[in-house]
Amino acid sequence: MDRIPILKLGGVLIVTIQVDMHDRLALALEEDLTAMVVRTGARGVLLEISALEIVDSFIGRMLVSIAAVSRVLDAETVVAGMRPAVAITLVELGLELTGIRTALNVERGMAILQARLSEDDEDHGSARDDDED
Amino acid sequence: MTMDGAEVLLRTVTEDATAILDEWIAALRQSGTLQSGRIREAELRTQAEAVFTQFREALSSDGLDTTAKGFAPVLDTLGDASRSRALQGFTPTDTANFVLALKEPIFAALRRTCGLDASGLAAGVSATGAVLDRLSLHTMEVYMASREAVIGRQGQEITELSTPVVRLWDGILALPLIGTLDSARTGVVMETLLQAIVEEEAEIAIIDITGVPTVDTLVAQHLLKTVAAARLMGADCIVSGIRPQIAQTMVHLGVELNVVSKATMADAFAVALRRTGRKVVRRQAAPDGERR
Repeated sequence: MDRIPILKLGGVLIVTIQVDMHDRLALALEEDLTAMVVRTGARGVLLEISALEIVDSFIGRMLVSIAAVSRVLDAETVVAGMRPAVAITLVELGLELTGIRTALNVERGMAILQARLSEDDEDHGSARDDDED
Repeated sequence: MTMDGAEVLLRTVTEDATAILDEWIAALRQSGTLQSGRIREAELRTQAEAVFTQFREALSSDGLDTTAKGFAPVLDTLGDASRSRALQGFTPTDTANFVLALKEPIFAALRRTCGLDASGLAAGVSATGAVLDRLSLHTMEVYMASREAVIGRQGQEITELSTPVVRLWDGILALPLIGTLDSARTGVVMETLLQAIVEEEAEIAIIDITGVPTVDTLVAQHLLKTVAAARLMGADCIVSGIRPQIAQTMVHLGVELNVVSKATMADAFAVALRRTGRKVVRRQAAPDGERR
């Protein structure tokens, strides 16, 4: 497996990492994801990493840069489902992923992105004051 | 007729066994081991008899070499005895005396056996000293080891006791920290908190530092690490329980927490409820002077 699949769901791109990340895979993911954000005009990216058991400083930095690139393209990144051990490792490495939204699981992550999407809709003057859910 | 020390010693403890044992127990009684009330005389006598018998057998099979296999039973018995003494709270002197008190009775018996044979007596005394010293060192080693095991276990228990994670409400956790935060504690705290966040699907964790005696730059750094790790898991942290003096110290030291902080746990809980879209309301106006 040399590519991580990227799924589009509404205005959100979903990436679930199911394999051990190695450096080349991470670089490919960043490239694919950037291209996909531009092509689809997605407003949010959900990175699901509950199966990711091992991180090193490189993978941590890739997560930060994926989020930064997406933000430049006006898509918010949410990292969901990080394992406790991974969180501790990242903090010990000094990578606190500032500027990235995090969520406990996919459901909460989607809720964050949906909230942003519906906010944007309102900003564009859809005049829907009462049915925000 | 010249005999080496081991032979003299063996002959003495075999021939004069009853007298030595009686004198030994008398000496133990005199040394005050029994007065503390931690051990009964019958128990002491059983221990002494067991040790003495095994000691005699070891001498006959392996001479003075305490590392040999023949000495294993007597070393085991002594080890058990000093381990139980360590747990019962005996002093090191009491524990070491158990073996050392055997010296005088054996010396007396050697004198009886050898009579005027000065070289045999000298060899016997030196052999006795050598072997009993080694046995008593063994009891001390076991004594210290079991004391250290107790201390180690207590330390671990304190660590576990002082890092509970409490579920306050659906999705709201509290972590009351008690005691100084060092790197080892922070590791345990972080792990338990993150595990609890996963298990309870928590959105907000309140870290209460009322029980933390001082907050210096190092402690603050440990706190921030914990907060950062919780954030990576998608949970927000609120730090509460910062006492006035601690707030002053932190400002003077230039420590910045850069997280939401509240003075009391109650305030933090109120914030947590509000953030999760809940509100505490009084069901009815409380009548004056009446409490439920």
